[in-house]
Amino acid sequence: MSWEFIVGHLPYWLFITLMMTGLYIVVAKGNYVKKIVGLNIFQTSVFMLYISIGKITGGTAPIFPLDLEVDPETVYSNPLPHVLILTAIVVGIATTALGLALIVRIREEYGSIEEDVILDIEYRLTQHENAVHGDAMGGRA
Amino acid sequence: MAVEPAIEVTQIALTLKEQLPILQIVVPFVAAPLIVFFGSRSLTWPITFAASAISLWISVALLLQVADGGFISYQIGGWAPPLGIEYRVDAANAYLLVLISAISTVILPYARKSVASEVARRHHTLFYACYLLCFTGLMGVVITGDAFNIFVFVEISSLSTYALIAAGAGRDKRALTAAYDYLIMGTIGATFFVIGIGFLYMATGTLNLADIAERIAEHGGNRTIHAAFAFIIVGMGLKAAIYPMHLWLPAAYTYAPSAVSAFLAATATKAAIYVILRFVFSVFQPDFAFQSLALEFILMPLAVLAMFAASFIAVFQSDLKRMLAYSSVAQIGYMVLGITLLTQTGVTATIVHLFNHGITKAALFMGAGALALRAGSSFYDRIQGMGRTMPLTSAAIVIAGLSLIGVPGTAGFISKFVLVEAALDKGWWLVALLVVFSSLLAVVYVWRVFETLYLNAPAAGTIRQEAPLSMLIPLWIMALATIYFGFDTQLTLGAARTAAEGLLAGTTGMLK
Amino acid sequence: MEITTAIILSMLVPFGATFTNLIFHDRENLRDGLTLGAAIVTFGLVLTILAKNGSATSETLTLFEVFPGVDIAFNVEPLGLLFAVVASGLWILTHIYAIGYMRGNKEKHHARFFACFSFAIASVMGIAFSANMLTLFLFYEFLTISTYPLVAHKGTPEAIRGARTYMSVLMGTSIALLLVAVIWTYSLTGTLDFAKGGILEGRVAGVMVPLLLGFYAFGIGKAALMPFHRWLPAAMVAPTPVSALLHAVAVVKAGVFTMMKVGIYVFGIDFLAETRASEWLMWLAAFSIIAASLVAMTKDNLKARLAYSTVSQLSYITLGVALATSLGVLGGGLHIAMHAMGKITLFMCAGSIYVATHKTNISQMTGLGRVMPITFGAFMIGALSIIGLPPMGGSWSKWLLIMGAADTGQWIMIVVLMVSSLLNIAYLLPVVARGFFLSDPENGGPVREAPLLCWLPPALTAAGTVALFFYAGTIQQFLMPLVAAN
Repeated sequence: MSWEFIVGHLPYWLFITLMMTGLYIVVAKGNYVKKIVGLNIFQTSVFMLYISIGKITGGTAPIFPLDLEVDPETVYSNPLPHVLILTAIVVGIATTALGLALIVRIREEYGSIEEDVILDIEYRLTQHENAVHGDAMGGRA
Repeated sequence: MAVEPAIEVTQIALTLKEQLPILQIVVPFVAAPLIVFFGSRSLTWPITFAASAISLWISVALLLQVADGGFISYQIGGWAPPLGIEYRVDAANAYLLVLISAISTVILPYARKSVASEVARRHHTLFYACYLLCFTGLMGVVITGDAFNIFVFVEISSLSTYALIAAGAGRDKRALTAAYDYLIMGTIGATFFVIGIGFLYMATGTLNLADIAERIAEHGGNRTIHAAFAFIIVGMGLKAAIYPMHLWLPAAYTYAPSAVSAFLAATATKAAIYVILRFVFSVFQPDFAFQSLALEFILMPLAVLAMFAASFIAVFQSDLKRMLAYSSVAQIGYMVLGITLLTQTGVTATIVHLFNHGITKAALFMGAGALALRAGSSFYDRIQGMGRTMPLTSAAIVIAGLSLIGVPGTAGFISKFVLVEAALDKGWWLVALLVVFSSLLAVVYVWRVFETLYLNAPAAGTIRQEAPLSMLIPLWIMALATIYFGFDTQLTLGAARTAAEGLLAGTTGMLK
Repeated sequence: MEITTAIILSMLVPFGATFTNLIFHDRENLRDGLTLGAAIVTFGLVLTILAKNGSATSETLTLFEVFPGVDIAFNVEPLGLLFAVVASGLWILTHIYAIGYMRGNKEKHHARFFACFSFAIASVMGIAFSANMLTLFLFYEFLTISTYPLVAHKGTPEAIRGARTYMSVLMGTSIALLLVAVIWTYSLTGTLDFAKGGILEGRVAGVMVPLLLGFYAFGIGKAALMPFHRWLPAAMVAPTPVSALLHAVAVVKAGVFTMMKVGIYVFGIDFLAETRASEWLMWLAAFSIIAASLVAMTKDNLKARLAYSTVSQLSYITLGVALATSLGVLGGGLHIAMHAMGKITLFMCAGSIYVATHKTNISQMTGLGRVMPITFGAFMIGALSIIGLPPMGGSWSKWLLIMGAADTGQWIMIVVLMVSSLLNIAYLLPVVARGFFLSDPENGGPVREAPLLCWLPPALTAAGTVALFFYAGTIQQFLMPLVAAN
């Protein structure tokens, strides 16, 4: 693995780092808001991936000049990934908003947004149900 | 396919018939905000139902157009692919469109009473708006021929699904955490999927499925494409709840409002399975060595594991809805197994099981909801003896339950027969035996329900009254459908065969 | 009436009776009267088919194409017609008996009981007239499902346990083994039609033939071949009319009938004989015959003893197929009718004794013969027929089976059949002897029979076993087309 390879793929290294960081936060953190933050970082990494695909070495922003006279020599970056990522960003925001809204409701019902507290409450609910309705395998999966 | 230059827009659709593919999506999509704008509770349900019924009509019209094995290509805004977004309808997805819209149209009359009893009144308009969005998303996933567009529709359906599941919080607050868990896992899944699409775009420079397929066929696979395949399968696997990526499903189906459980169980995972089918067979090629190895050595054991592990857990449940949820995970195992066989009969089995299991599970969840309406919950000790107090509901559950087992004369039998046949044809003896042995577990968990319903005295404190007619009729439509499609297989098996043929023709099938 | 119409009606009429039972569930006489009417009409329809069709194989009536080359289809052929005549004819008597039994015994849920009973008969008609293995399998499963509520009828923990065993063995074997066999056959041949001489010849060879036969033989759990016989004794918790018609006639005969159909029309007798694929089945059947008889001797509960006797007798029929010779097939076919008539007599007698005295164990029945002479007389005649003594019908089928065994040079099988007859004597006749010749002060007193509706049907079937002795030749002639081409 040469130095050029590492430098030449810099966006990918960043993409992988961000992705893993995000996933790690989602999995490892017990706070529901932090999980959402992790999810955001995870999604952002994908935005980076897409945008780096669109980049063409030496290319400029894909905007028509005002006089509409396009110089055939000019190299433009690929605009399509940017457009896609605009959509993905919107989706990401919607997800975050919905997640946060759910967290608000969870806090109202459970009085906490810490996973271990909530799991404990649910465990006791399941215990109670099992006592009343007969044993069952598997609680909240 | 001749990829026409974008400037020469020759195919601008003009007649209503030509606009059907886009109307399929636009009708429910526009109806959703309309409901919210009107804000009137009395208009909410009629608009939802009308949108769903129109969608059903459109999807049947589309299926009739492509039933002979052809396909319709619709270019949105007249922008030809690969730059524009293309909607492409062939036998495989027209069939799915009919399934989804038909199930929605049957479930809606049921939902009216069921939702009224399970969701607070002030949420009804938003509830139905979310329902329509979810419906739109699922239809969109199936109809579109553009990879990124699939992602967008997946997210539309998923986001509204999270909200719909959370609507069950009025009955049990665990609906909220179930929705939250699903949101986390669903988003990870969708993001994995979009990473896969990114890799495909990197390798092929296009997002149109047919184009991607063509270029992969020309240039063969490389590591980027392998990575894309892995990401797409894992991402969609999460949405389809392929074992062991099913962890969100049991809680979500258990705590969601009954009508939502019925709708999701019958359609949501099916749309995801369809996407997997589409990618495995049309975009990547069936003879793609890397892929067949991955399917045979990774997905196949997982499918078998799902059939046994999930069924086994289902046996020990004490709540009907949760039991049905675990059984869904097991049944998805059968569908995945059909894919991993990589033969035409195998794919036929998967597609026909999509349909048959869809109607069966819809009937069962509707039945569970009807019982819960009178018993307060669907725990076995609450619904016991309901065979006497709610004979019609219970009888419908028995019919659908038999279909879940795969007793002959029901829809479930047809798909199991084809699946076992496919395994035997391929010479996978052990797999064929495992399929039938795992369905013995289905006998156990279904029979437990029957015994609960019929061989016990009704529990104290339940309302001893049959479910309202508006719930019974949809329930019986589904139950009778499971019987009807157990005998008349022209529609299901016939369409599944055509669809499988189209899918297995692989790249050439996409290009014609 | 066209034969095809009659076939459809013979299924629809009992099926309709299911609904009349449910609709008129609180109007006893109307409900039971309608069902009796349905039973008579069904028998009439089957007789019409018999008169019109004789022992030929009729045109096939196709309803749906389920898989390419496999339909839901019906036709008439001798074996199925014989089965249909036996089942529908005995349904009339059993229904009368059941009315007496259910009312005399003050059982609950009559409507559900008779509804399921009618549905079971409709399924039996379906089995009898099915033209291919898929149709047969369809009704085979219907029969299991419709009889499950009958076994669980009493709702006691014991009944539920029994019903569970019943269900799990029958459903389990049929799904795990029979279904595989059916699909395997389809995968090999592309058809499931019952065809003269079989459909498998040339499609499968070597060790696969006995293996496939094994999937069929064990998959047909209703034939109660050991070790899948446990369901039959378990089913004895059901009310006696169920044990009498369903578990001595309809269900178990559906099992051996399927076995014969598979032997004759799927494998083909010649193919079996050629490949010697059924030899292991023959030995297993022989083992079942002896072992079940021995178990029967240890049972004190009369119905349990009869159940094991049934297990043993069913294996006669399986043995008939496994011998893979014309005489064996004829003997097996004949035994379906003979054993049905004999065993239903025994069961109905057991039920009469229960209704009159509430006694279930043989040791309690000392001296009862003098109190219930007609019941015990009918029991004796039925027992003699099962043992195979002339002038009862059972003697002919046993005779043919022995001839079949001699035909193939299986001398050991002849010994097995002989020993089995001795064992039959040992476990059946003591019941009669104890009833008539011993006395017990507890069971003394004047003649006190069960209600008329309970003792008349067994008396009639007992007379039937004698009549069958004289008509055995006709039935054998009727079954000839099964083996004629061979």
